[in-house]
Amino acid sequence: MKIIDLFVPLIIVLIFLCGLFKKVNIIDTFTEGAKNGLKTAVEILPSLILLMTAVEMFMASGADKALSDILSPVISFLGFPKECVPLAIIRPVSGSGALSVLENLFSKVSPDSFAGLTASVLMSSTETTFYTITVYFSSLKKKADYRIFLAAAAADITGFIFSSLTVRLLF
Amino acid sequence: MLSIIIAILLLISVTYGIFSDNIANVSYAAVNGCTDAVKLVIFLSGSMALWNGIMNIADKSGIVKKINKIISPLTKRILKGINKNPQALKMVNMNITANFLGLGNAATPLGISALKEMNKDFSIYSQRNIAVFTVLNTASIQLIPTTVAAVRLAHGSSAPFEIIPAVLITSVISAFAGCLTAYVLFTPGLKNKKEKK
Repeated sequence: MKIIDLFVPLIIVLIFLCGLFKKVNIIDTFTEGAKNGLKTAVEILPSLILLMTAVEMFMASGADKALSDILSPVISFLGFPKECVPLAIIRPVSGSGALSVLENLFSKVSPDSFAGLTASVLMSSTETTFYTITVYFSSLKKKADYRIFLAAAAADITGFIFSSLTVRLLF
Repeated sequence: MLSIIIAILLLISVTYGIFSDNIANVSYAAVNGCTDAVKLVIFLSGSMALWNGIMNIADKSGIVKKINKIISPLTKRILKGINKNPQALKMVNMNITANFLGLGNAATPLGISALKEMNKDFSIYSQRNIAVFTVLNTASIQLIPTTVAAVRLAHGSSAPFEIIPAVLITSVISAFAGCLTAYVLFTPGLKNKKEKK
C-alpha cells in the first residue's frame, strides 16, 4: 500500500468529517460548489472547441515535431523530453491551449511514461502567466513592469526544468 | 492575445501541412478537433464538479481559516511591511490558501482585492510586495491537481495522482525562483531603477 494512494481518499474523508463536526450542511454546500464547477466547465467549452481544433491541426501538420527538432540540442542537454516542448511553449500563454496540447500529447504517449509524467507535472505546477499578470494589473489600472514578466519567466523556466528532474528522480 | 495565438497556430498548420504533404491530416483534425473538445469537457466536468463541491465544504468548515493562521507568519516575512495593512494581509492569506486548495475561482477575486490594498502605498515595499505576490500567483502551488489528474485518467493512467509529490516539489521550487527574482528586482533603491507609482 503506497502512501500516495491514501492521500486523496483521506483528504475527502477528512473534509467530510470536518464538515459534519462543524455542522455544515454537507449536501447543500457540496451542491453549491459542484454547480460552480459545472458552470466553469461549460464556460471553458466554447473557447476550448476553437483552441483544440487549432491545436490538433497544428499537431497533425507535424509542425510541433519540427519545432522540437529545432530546439532539441538545448532540450536534451537539460534532460527535458522532446514531446513536452509544445506544452512548455504554450503553457504560460494559454491555459485552455495547454490543456488541448496535453490532451493531444496523451493520445500519443501514455500518461505514465516519462514524457507523460513530465507533462503532467509541468502542467500542474505552473499557471497561465500572461493571463494572470494581465488580469491582476488591469484591475490595478497599471501597466505591468517588464521586471514582473522577467520574474514570472524565471518561475516558469525553473518549473519546466524541475518537472523533468523530479520525474526522473521520483519515478 | 489568444486570437493571435490561434491565428498563428492555424497559419502554421496549413502552411507546414502543405509543405510537408500532410494536409490531409490537417483537414481531418479541422473536422474532428471540435468533437474532442466536447469529449474532454464532459470528462472534466465530473472532476470539476466533485472537487469544487468538496472544497466548498472545506471552506465552510473553517479549514481555510485554519490554514490562514498557519501561513500568516510566512507571508509576513516575505511581504515585508504588509502588517502595516492588515486587510491586505488577510486577503493575501486567503488567496494563497484558495490557490493551494485548488479553488481558482475564489482565489482570483481575493488576489485582486489583495493587490488593490497593497497598492495603497502604506510602505516603501508596496511595489515589491505587489510584484512578489503576482509572481506567486503565476507560479501556483496547488495541493491536488484535479484537472490534470482527470485528463490522465481519461487516457488510462494507472495512478493519476501519483504526480502529487513531484508537483509539490516543482511548484515550490519554481515559486521560490520567481518570487526571489521579483524580490531582488524590486528592492527599493536598487541601482537607478525608477519606481513606477
